[in-house]
Amino acid sequence: MARKRLITAINEALVEELERDPKLIVFGEDVELAIMGDTRGLVERFGRDRIRNSPICEQTLTGMAVGLASAGYRVVLHLMFNNFIYTGMDAIGNQMAKLRLMTGGQMELPITVVAGYGGGNSNAAQHSDTAYSVLMNLGGIQVAVPTNSADAKGLFKTAVRGATPTFFLEAAGRGGEMGEVPDGEHLVPFGRATVAREGTDVTVVAIGRMLKPTLRAAKALADDSISAEVIDPRTLVPFDEETVLASVARTGRLVVVDEARDRCSAASQIAAVVADRGFDSLRAPVRRVTVPDVALPYASNAEAALIPGPERIAEAVRSVTEKQFA
Amino acid sequence: MATPRTDVREPAVDDATARTLHERMLLIRRAEERLIVACADGSLPGGVHLYIGEEAVAVGACSVLTDRDYITSTHRGHGHFLAKGGDLDAMFAEIWGKATGICKGMGGSMHVADVSKGILGANGIVGAGFAIATGAAWGARLEGEGRVATCFFGDGAANQGSFMESMNVSAAWELPTVFLCENNGVSEFTVTSTVTGGVLADRARAFMPVEVVDGNDVLAVRAAVGAAVERARAGGGPSYVEATTYRIRGHLEAEQHMLGGGTYRSADEIAAWQADDRDPVLRSARRLLDAGICDAAELERIDADVRARVEAAVAFAEAGPAADPELAPQLMFGPTA
Repeated sequence: MARKRLITAINEALVEELERDPKLIVFGEDVELAIMGDTRGLVERFGRDRIRNSPICEQTLTGMAVGLASAGYRVVLHLMFNNFIYTGMDAIGNQMAKLRLMTGGQMELPITVVAGYGGGNSNAAQHSDTAYSVLMNLGGIQVAVPTNSADAKGLFKTAVRGATPTFFLEAAGRGGEMGEVPDGEHLVPFGRATVAREGTDVTVVAIGRMLKPTLRAAKALADDSISAEVIDPRTLVPFDEETVLASVARTGRLVVVDEARDRCSAASQIAAVVADRGFDSLRAPVRRVTVPDVALPYASNAEAALIPGPERIAEAVRSVTEKQFA
Repeated sequence: MATPRTDVREPAVDDATARTLHERMLLIRRAEERLIVACADGSLPGGVHLYIGEEAVAVGACSVLTDRDYITSTHRGHGHFLAKGGDLDAMFAEIWGKATGICKGMGGSMHVADVSKGILGANGIVGAGFAIATGAAWGARLEGEGRVATCFFGDGAANQGSFMESMNVSAAWELPTVFLCENNGVSEFTVTSTVTGGVLADRARAFMPVEVVDGNDVLAVRAAVGAAVERARAGGGPSYVEATTYRIRGHLEAEQHMLGGGTYRSADEIAAWQADDRDPVLRSARRLLDAGICDAAELERIDADVRARVEAAVAFAEAGPAADPELAPQLMFGPTA
């Protein structure tokens, strides 16, 4: 075990996978200098054939990832901010997400797309989206939202070694977070949630960047004798329904915290799953704590007012613990 | 539209090659004529976009490629698939929506692909092939074994922004990409000249060598694409070849039922492109006769063989089991690490 920044853990995963597989290629927007730090130092070590700055043309970059993968390579494509997937959407929505099925399974596409997501940095609305809701609805796309250094490394390695297009979303501003990372080979499977804090009164699913304020809220709630179980899903596609349902079966209550806009958010999907499969366990209505259906503003106070924080999360938890179906 | 050059001398091909090129074009022609019938009689679950009139482009281009080279195709992809060596039985079974189809009935007419033969797929999104071909060309270049990626696209697709983007990357990174424009003058149901500024070939001239050829002359296409492929294999980077041609059928079969009686081109214009001296298959037949490579009886025999081959493919498609609906969810995700 060693304490490492989340971004360093991803960098380590990249180095190890590049060493392991000579057919792994990393390209995209400014991967050589790497503003996020995740791909820093790779070009010096592995050369420009394998680590390459691309022109800024997402429509072509996403399509090139499909072509390069079709030619037998593993691909890591860096798109910097997840808002930029919108300019590259055809190859994501129509090619990556569909071609495996459309070719009758002929085409394997081992593509990992890396991009930062989320607000809180006054980057304004075009650099602050939480785009996983869009990605979740496209079909054959996996989505990972790691919250700590160990998971970041382990999920990254799993994504790179797999054969399915995967979006690996880095919480913007989390590059500096420190966390323990196991030594040696460390892979984290997709579709397995972890319980970040155990509790008995209410289940709180906290997605990605929302884990930290949720844990803070859970701590505050404990002072009021409310015991919240906090679940980190780690991946949204595939999603670990069983862990959430098992927790709700014990607590009878569910709150989902999601930085996406409310409409068709990941939280909406998780709430629907529990309504479908866990209705008998519910003792109160499911609450979603999300960003309202607006674009995030630039000014920090205006932005902070919209992103779920510990107070809003705690208030939602209190509201469901006070309520009980007859 | 740029004027095809007439000063490029066609390199001679041997008799066997000339005959093969003709047979390939005829196979595409007869297969698609059979699809007109199948579409009209309701045998097909979905629509078909036919390549009739453009066969010389696919056949001429693919005649200089091997199974190891990549192509990306279009929504009008039957000709590219067959020219690159795709199996007619498997293609028809796919179009008929059968489990025996090349894509197990999951893709259909607009999406025939055979990755084992470098056919990275027909594609329902106009212009999607630019970037896919560029990515495949990058892989080919990294591999360093002289493979090339040829991107078939139409004049309609050339108005997508990714055309410029992909030419830019291919030129900047000296990738073995051949951009092969099938300029048939129409963008779905819109005459391309009404929606296009400047000259398409001039867009490519900013990045790479350009050749505009008579796309209904299989030998001219073969020569131009051959030169581009040779340059790409030798590390000389991308090229643009524009083949001037014409789409005889509609954007898709039975389009007249969707256009409410409207038209976007005249019957005379279509008929002019079907004349003996313009139709690529008729021109090829004439050339074989004139050169004494085949006599009329042999041409008849080739045609009869091709027709029999097509009917056998129809029988194969019809006899195939229905596609497996359980397969769809299984195919969405690949194996995990």
